[in-house]
Amino acid sequence: MDTNDSLRVASLWHSMHAISQQLSLTTGCSKIELLEGNTFDLHCFQSLTGTKFFVVCKLGTQHMEALLKVVYELYTDYVLKNPFYEMKMPIRCEVFDINLTQTVQKDRVALLGR
Amino acid sequence: MPPAAPRSGDAIFASVERVNAELFTLTYGAIVRQLLTDLEEVEEVNKQLDQMGYNIGIRLIDEFLAKSNVSRCVDFKETAEMIAKVGFKMFLGVTASVMNWDADGTCCSIVLEDNPLVDFVELPDTCQGLYYCNILSGVIRGALEMVAMKTEVTWIRDMLRGDDAYELQVKLLKQVPEEYPYKDDE
Repeated sequence: MDTNDSLRVASLWHSMHAISQQLSLTTGCSKIELLEGNTFDLHCFQSLTGTKFFVVCKLGTQHMEALLKVVYELYTDYVLKNPFYEMKMPIRCEVFDINLTQTVQKDRVALLGR
Repeated sequence: MPPAAPRSGDAIFASVERVNAELFTLTYGAIVRQLLTDLEEVEEVNKQLDQMGYNIGIRLIDEFLAKSNVSRCVDFKETAEMIAKVGFKMFLGVTASVMNWDADGTCCSIVLEDNPLVDFVELPDTCQGLYYCNILSGVIRGALEMVAMKTEVTWIRDMLRGDDAYELQVKLLKQVPEEYPYKDDE
């Protein structure tokens, strides 16, 4: 996926998330945490600052909330602390990408044993 | 999976990598000195320190939220307690306390027991209007703005100006929940 595709998916999700808040029948419900599709699951975590982290994975994958929490910590370390990163712009921080890939790899090894 | 419990300021402070305190104090001092040289006016320096603090605060808030696992605060009183007990402890290693609440619970004072920024500092006569630690007021203002609160943060007492403690007044101006630019069908 290139940057434009990522932006398209992210903005689609952002809008759906916002609309769902308006449609929600349960009072006090503020966000979508899990979307179960036919062929994939989408887990979403929203921080108190409004930044959303979401992951698209195979049906039934476990522990995605924990993964999202770890990604949030990586974001606060490698992206926000980079003085040259402009807020709300696409993230082009190499160290963040490397650490993110390592985390996902570690997760995969732990869950699937490979 | 049950949500993780919020962590105490002490626990987080103990778990992060730390830097030599004197290096930190010297670096901050160098920043203030350079600003005084570049801007010359004490008021301008105060404003610039506040702006720098603001830019730090808008980024620091996410780290605070990620590391401390706190949930949304119920009211401004809880917010102030969080800043004093967890925030200051986590980032500066200092204990702070909250006092002097007003009647509606929108204005309070945060008193710092000690302040690593000002070790070894004495203000000369030429800098009497300077709020040396003004970066802290910017940090709090920036951080709270990112969680939907517009605040005004000012120094009430400053030991470098002869007072007996460091006291910051934090006043909640208004809550600004995120708005989506969707127009309802007319």
